[in-house]
Amino acid sequence: MSLVEGAPAPINPEVQAAAAKALDQLNEHTLKTVHWHFSDNTGSPFWLEKKAELNFDPLTDVKSFDDLKKFPHFEDEWLRGGPINRWVPKGHAGKPVYVFETGGTTGIPKSRMVIEDHWKDYELFSDTLPDEHFPKGSNWLMLGPSGPRRLRLAVEHLAQHRGGICFCIDLDPRWVVKLIKKGWMDHLEEYKKHCIDQAVTILTAGHDVKCMFATPKLLESLGEALEEKGTSLAEVGIKGIFSGGTEFTPQWTRFAVEEMLGGPPEEGGVFMTPTYGNTLMGLACSKPITAADGYKISYYAPQPRAVTEVVQFDDYNTKVGYGETGRVKLYTLTDEFFVPGFMERDEGEREQPFETYPWDGVSGVRPFHELASATTVGVY
Amino acid sequence: MITLNPLRWGKQYESLEFNDVVHFDTGEPIARIGTVGGGIVGRDLRVAHKAREALLEVPTNELLQMCRKAAELFENETLPVGDSQQSVDDFIHQQSASTGLPEHMCRSNMSKNSFVLSNMEQILDCLTRGLDLSILSKGYGEEGRGVTVSYQAQTPILGAILPNNSPGVHTLWLPAIPMQIGLALKPGSQEPWTPYRMVSAFIEAGVPSAAFGLYPGGHDAGGAIMAKSARSMIFGSAQTIAQHAGNPKVQPHGPGFSKILLGDDIVDDWEMFLDVMVESVLSNSGRSCINCSGIWASRHTREIAAAIAERIGPVDVRPPSDPDAQLAAFTVPAMATGTYAMVQQDLAESGVTDMTAEYGEKLIEREHCAYLRPMVVHADSPDRGVAAKEYMFPFVSVVECPQDQMLSRIGTSLIGTVITSDEKFIQDAARCVDIDRLNIGPLPTNRLNWLQPHEGNIIEFLFTNRAYQIEPMPAITSV
Repeated sequence: MSLVEGAPAPINPEVQAAAAKALDQLNEHTLKTVHWHFSDNTGSPFWLEKKAELNFDPLTDVKSFDDLKKFPHFEDEWLRGGPINRWVPKGHAGKPVYVFETGGTTGIPKSRMVIEDHWKDYELFSDTLPDEHFPKGSNWLMLGPSGPRRLRLAVEHLAQHRGGICFCIDLDPRWVVKLIKKGWMDHLEEYKKHCIDQAVTILTAGHDVKCMFATPKLLESLGEALEEKGTSLAEVGIKGIFSGGTEFTPQWTRFAVEEMLGGPPEEGGVFMTPTYGNTLMGLACSKPITAADGYKISYYAPQPRAVTEVVQFDDYNTKVGYGETGRVKLYTLTDEFFVPGFMERDEGEREQPFETYPWDGVSGVRPFHELASATTVGVY
Repeated sequence: MITLNPLRWGKQYESLEFNDVVHFDTGEPIARIGTVGGGIVGRDLRVAHKAREALLEVPTNELLQMCRKAAELFENETLPVGDSQQSVDDFIHQQSASTGLPEHMCRSNMSKNSFVLSNMEQILDCLTRGLDLSILSKGYGEEGRGVTVSYQAQTPILGAILPNNSPGVHTLWLPAIPMQIGLALKPGSQEPWTPYRMVSAFIEAGVPSAAFGLYPGGHDAGGAIMAKSARSMIFGSAQTIAQHAGNPKVQPHGPGFSKILLGDDIVDDWEMFLDVMVESVLSNSGRSCINCSGIWASRHTREIAAAIAERIGPVDVRPPSDPDAQLAAFTVPAMATGTYAMVQQDLAESGVTDMTAEYGEKLIEREHCAYLRPMVVHADSPDRGVAAKEYMFPFVSVVECPQDQMLSRIGTSLIGTVITSDEKFIQDAARCVDIDRLNIGPLPTNRLNWLQPHEGNIIEFLFTNRAYQIEPMPAITSV
């Protein structure tokens, strides 16, 4: 695999060198991971069974990350239904296993088993958080989905890993989806208020919460609710927020920074960082966002545990050039879970490596245009 | 290419996100619109009272003068719109290009909007039954019979989620301004032209710019307008109307299911009313809620259907600049194919006949758009499903039904044109709660008298008539 195919090449030769080193690590990590998942005594029943269907031998024919293209694309439909145990690698037999779900508003949700991946991912993420804005030892608020969600336990672990305690709210995202599908917008509004009321109660109850996770919509509502009470996120003590989702656009960030948070952290006192992730991959971090850069958001996967590529719409095995638009492709390469290329439901632009993350990133993440919900057309 | 920015109480906001407005036939971008999310809308609506306060600074009679001036500017002058100067011809071309409406229909809708604006004084006089408009400003006043009358504004602004494809409906929100109620509008993604040009005309005419919010965006922005406005109107489907039914905060507008009823006393002379029927079905490409979707009569229905089919069946696709163009494009082709599939289902029912079958293919598919040519179907009974259908192209069902059953079978009808001299039928029609606007006599359903309330009186929607008692204070003696 070429490091920097497409133009322009990274400007800094040091970044080039770092990128070469990162690729070496990725290749080595890929080999190790493939051997783990396809060896009879360590692999999961799912992948060992799948191995028989492949027209190559992963143990001998995968020599680099690029060789993962030999695998068929991972289909998340495989994650629906049981038994969940078929995903547990034999090498981890006997360890306590979590199950995290996505979807499931109707029908069978997709399930991913996890042992410690969510802890490891968030411990790595923790290293990227500035202590100035996410003070060690301070308590957290998790303003996001509860229930069988990776995010809920991951944020709690993040808080504990940083020496704090995490407060959570009850929020059933499946009910939210049902309300939207039914068109019960008044109920939706009331449910949102119910969630925000819980958050306001926690933040104003003297628990010394300084850090939080929130989805953009909930953060927006929380900011509004606090302002209606004559206070603000900064005034109730929040110093650092991380958020995530395709709603986290440059325009939304600009609104949040300029109007909701009272300016950049040095003025408004609150730092906010976007993240990108899902139950399959984990968590990608953002390059710092600034007004000078048009609030551009570029995500970088936690390589080598996970990789993101931006690939051509008509050829999912070929990356687009830097700055060009393509579909986001994910890889997960941990000893718990193996995803040799999953076509995410998002698209974006391919970003160059830089000092902190000397590998490809993706910016402008938004729903993949071919899968975006059909245009709603009024009949009037 | 013109760029339209969101307007936040009169101040342009340069968004970082844009949606393209594309030409319906070529797919080429013709404009880009900066969009905002619900957060910005919510934030602005928290200070919506300032919009009304700005308007209350201007006496109502001055606002009415400004409306007349705005009408003149809107219809005849070059105006600043977005980052460009927009001439009348620019407006017509742009609107036609994005909505698929023939240009002469765009001009006609432009005139309609201008007419309503220039006659606002008379319209408000009729809608308020002659109320001194200062009572709406002050909240109470003397009606002239020695009785205090009070009208309390229920909201500082009117929110509106505007439609994509029907430029004629903008007349409905125009009266808000002279009643000193601000506007928070979400323009349709394909028809931002009228709200942007109208707001520009208002501001150029002297109306305080702080009275206007234009919030292009997705469902998020629309949802925020609906959730945070004490009064809003929305344009959508029958489902949209059902969703908001009974909600006093929302005035939903959707399909009209407008109808013409021919009385037994005149039905033998139906040919006299053929022009009325054809105009009601075909005008504005059958796209409006005020177009006729059903013609009901007790006899001669096949001949009536055949005669209408003979007039509108041959109508074919013409370029939008052709002054004889009668058909608007479906800018989302799937909507045309979906609609056509529904019509095919209607036709599959026994007792339903396509009277336009001999006039060629109905579904005309192009690369970026599609058309549906006019259709007339005959239903031998009101029991047929098609009797209750309305589609967004010139489509009418001619339904055979005894006169004494008509009013109980027609269902909701925004416009009911009842052509008869039968006094009892007229009286029954007047009592029929399924008919909103009642026309007695040969009036095409699309011809509205703007001095009458439309789908609810906007005064009653924005204001509440309430008690207001005043007792003079006694002289204070303790000082």
